[in-house]
Amino acid sequence: MAEKLIGTDIAPPDLHAKITGRAKYAEDFRAPGMVFAKLLLSPMPHARVRDIDASRALAMPGVIDILTADEVPSREGPREAALTNHPRYEGEPILAVAAVDEETAAAAIEAIRVDFEPLPFAIDPLESLRPGSPNAYVEGNQYGQEGWSEYKWTAADFAAIDRGEFPDPECPVEWSKGDVEAAFAESELILEETIVHQSLTHHPMEPRTNMAYWENDRLYAFVSTQSTQATKFALAGALEMDPEDITFVSEYCGGGFGSKISGTTIMQVPALFSRKIGRPVMLRITRYEENYIGRARPGFQSWLRMGFLGNGKCNAIDLIIVQESGPYGASDFNTAGMIADLTYTPGNMRFRGVPVYTNTPPKAAQRGPGGAQIISMMEPILEKAARELGIDRYEIHMLNAPGPDVAFGPRGTTLTSVHAREALELGAEMFDWEAKSALSGQRNGTKVTGIGIGLSPYTAGSRDRDGMMVIRPDGKLYVHQGIGNLGTHSIADTARPAAELLGLSWDDVVIVWGDTSKGLPRSTVQAGSQTTHAHTRANHAAGMDALRKVREVAAATLGGSAAAYRVDNGRVSGPGGSMTFGQVAQRAIAMGGEYDGHVLPEDIHEQTVPAAQMLVGQGLLGIARDNYGGEGSIYSWVAGFAVVELDVETGAVELKEYLGVTDCGTVLHPRSLGAQVLGGSIQGMGMAMTQRWVFDPKWGVPFANRLYTARPPGMLDVPANLRWGSVGIADPQTPVGAKGIGEPPVGAGAAALTCAVADAMGGKCLCRTPLTPDIILAELEGRPLPFGRLDQHVG
Amino acid sequence: MSQTELAGAQPKEFTRRTFIKGVIATGATVSSAGYLFRGTSLLGAATYQTATERLITLSINGQDRRVDVLPHETLAMTLRYKLGLTGTKLGCDRAECGACTVLVDGVNQYACSMLTHQVRGRAVTTIEGLENPDTGELSVVQKAVMDEGGFQCAFCAPGFIMSMTSMLDTNPNPTREEAAVALSGNLCRCADYEKILNCAMRAAELHRSV
Ligand code: FES
Ligand code: FES
Repeated sequence: MAEKLIGTDIAPPDLHAKITGRAKYAEDFRAPGMVFAKLLLSPMPHARVRDIDASRALAMPGVIDILTADEVPSREGPREAALTNHPRYEGEPILAVAAVDEETAAAAIEAIRVDFEPLPFAIDPLESLRPGSPNAYVEGNQYGQEGWSEYKWTAADFAAIDRGEFPDPECPVEWSKGDVEAAFAESELILEETIVHQSLTHHPMEPRTNMAYWENDRLYAFVSTQSTQATKFALAGALEMDPEDITFVSEYCGGGFGSKISGTTIMQVPALFSRKIGRPVMLRITRYEENYIGRARPGFQSWLRMGFLGNGKCNAIDLIIVQESGPYGASDFNTAGMIADLTYTPGNMRFRGVPVYTNTPPKAAQRGPGGAQIISMMEPILEKAARELGIDRYEIHMLNAPGPDVAFGPRGTTLTSVHAREALELGAEMFDWEAKSALSGQRNGTKVTGIGIGLSPYTAGSRDRDGMMVIRPDGKLYVHQGIGNLGTHSIADTARPAAELLGLSWDDVVIVWGDTSKGLPRSTVQAGSQTTHAHTRANHAAGMDALRKVREVAAATLGGSAAAYRVDNGRVSGPGGSMTFGQVAQRAIAMGGEYDGHVLPEDIHEQTVPAAQMLVGQGLLGIARDNYGGEGSIYSWVAGFAVVELDVETGAVELKEYLGVTDCGTVLHPRSLGAQVLGGSIQGMGMAMTQRWVFDPKWGVPFANRLYTARPPGMLDVPANLRWGSVGIADPQTPVGAKGIGEPPVGAGAAALTCAVADAMGGKCLCRTPLTPDIILAELEGRPLPFGRLDQHVG
Repeated sequence: MSQTELAGAQPKEFTRRTFIKGVIATGATVSSAGYLFRGTSLLGAATYQTATERLITLSINGQDRRVDVLPHETLAMTLRYKLGLTGTKLGCDRAECGACTVLVDGVNQYACSMLTHQVRGRAVTTIEGLENPDTGELSVVQKAVMDEGGFQCAFCAPGFIMSMTSMLDTNPNPTREEAAVALSGNLCRCADYEKILNCAMRAAELHRSV
């Protein structure tokens, strides 16, 4: 019998390369004659370039050329170009210089004189809604079908806000369900809070470095990106060229967390520069540059009113979110509204949202976009309600968590499966909630113990991609994966269903990924926790296709009916005898037609066709579109449980214990799942606590622009033992039952921490991130904070 | 400090201060030198700077390597861009992340924050030098990582593995907490700390049994 693959720990096939230094990330590629590019970044948050004088730079020995905004595709409206003469945040790339080495390029940058005309700028989104305040664009701060306009709240709105009242502004995005006012009238308890969630950079470990060169009209691009197939098409789109004229390589990516989904804007620069100067161009991005161009999670300023019945059930939510959208937009706020409705099932909800363009670094999805922010802010308020109503906090999470009948958001979205309560239940048992919650508020010297729970959902799948694989004459199964390789191991793990269907041991499976010259099928972006779900499906479908063909080839060769043939351990056996997969592959090539890819299924995506054509005649081709279908959205959950100690003299918070329990369907790869649950949770803790991103309101520039100033959690910020669990209930609408997991842990880790800190403070919810020691101390000592309640970017 | 002094002095205890002094002495700015690559003569092209390269011999992974090095060149740049050893990663401008960690005389050091001239006469080991050169057998730390399926994106992995290797030298029998302290100079943005500590403990176990 071939081994069971789904649910077992198998080290990914690329691990050996990763730990011996052989794995090549974008900066590890070299090409003969390669030169280096450096960027000139805008020194101010909003400006217009009046003049560029590069004569001194171009005269320097070793300097090859410059690339300016006029030479890259320009963009209309609030859309980002790779280089610009109209920078809209400090750090936006203006031009690039290429030189024989990087020091020369950097010196050349210093020698270029740029005449900037400074323009008014907006850093704090709420402030920019005030009548008469500056906008992020010269043309306005809202962009719609009719182009730019100015959008401001009224003086009366701000009078209410300044009085500390819940405002009632007109908002561009609004939806509601049920009867919110009537529901509040029935509420036993109404909690009203203002919320400020910070904006923070992604800071993946590998900066967004890229290298590119051309041979004739073919572009060779070596890119740090989360996705492979999708990024190739994005790059082709940006450069307006035929995707099939690009050889795209992204075998390894040192993390992205949403900041490199289908590549990066800056990846255009080496490609265009190389075409201009006829030499390979390496654009290395430094950590400092990454702070600016590396994308960020949008911040929120928000008003929340939450009503509860006497038994603890949330029966109404009124939520207003002002989102800091950066210069090029984001949609986190929309998701946040949906997630609030999903997680607390109020039945009656009004959501209002205002995305505001700002002159801060561009935003992008950051792991759990929108969900992580709102969950980390609302969970402590739910726990506050439990305290005020005298209900156990675990019980209030259970009571409000959705069941399978949930229909949320303005359109009543349903889910394929939901086991949030099971995750809470298993978590409470593993954590020993009863015993732990008794520790709440215990004081030991200067330290007070706090306990908290965070329940966090997020989308976790998509449908309708293609799977493609070949059984070659060597008898091995080559699974071609167009998804990316940023450390989730999904390039390997999503191949398991096909290998199992074909009865192969893992040693007989070869993963082909990261280089489009090898032929990669139409795939999801490696983002939004989609790949586990989408590509177990696609590979299952292609595996079924391969299985059918193997049987038919065996029956045609050995006799008998195809249905009577069984596969096991690299052989197919039936009434006429038995043959190896190697022999099957050879026969398939001889038979041709659909067996070796000469004829392709009609329903595969057109992007898959050229990739499949590369494989014609090389073996038995398994290829199919995911036609499994399904109804409803796919969501996974994580319930986080935390114990902290708060030092009331220093304001320091120490995480003493953490457990994350997930509902993400069938477990494909336990060890990797644990890594996602815990790694994502820790990222959430960084978001809630250590990564403060402070801006100077006067000049509009970030102060915290390196890792040590906006610090992600290190090894000593978490206990030496972290635990995780999974309810492991298969999703009924997908053949393998597996859903994704990347996004939901961030909110769970963040919320478990914000709840535990609130608990240690006797139930006081600070409703602001990051929860830095100075903010905590000011609260404990009853000192006023040196900034306004709703100020953004103050840390 | 003159260039010759800098190149010849080779203080045994090089500190961040020595590093900065060295960089300043050669006219490069502190903020950029740690992360900039200065071209090799192989490219044959003139560059704007006047500082000249010196041919020196380094001991890298047990081999003598002759290489032209600028006075202010960092070890990470020499390794990555002149010796083809790209396993040593650069995650930050300097000294914030540990991705560039190598061993110098067995001690883990940030290669981005050390001048190449400082390691003359000292044994440098990079991630490429951990396997047995004859058999290709992995080191105990690498085997432990394979056993535990360590790391996610693994951009931090070479650095962590070098720090684990150094740790086993000084503390072959660490507790989990001690291992965490020993590895705390390395940052993992994927925050795969639980699995990394599993690797460290497994490495210690394997190390004891050889
Ligand atoms: S690259 Fe050396 S410490 Fe980050
Ligand atoms: S595994 Fe990605 S930074 Fe450590």
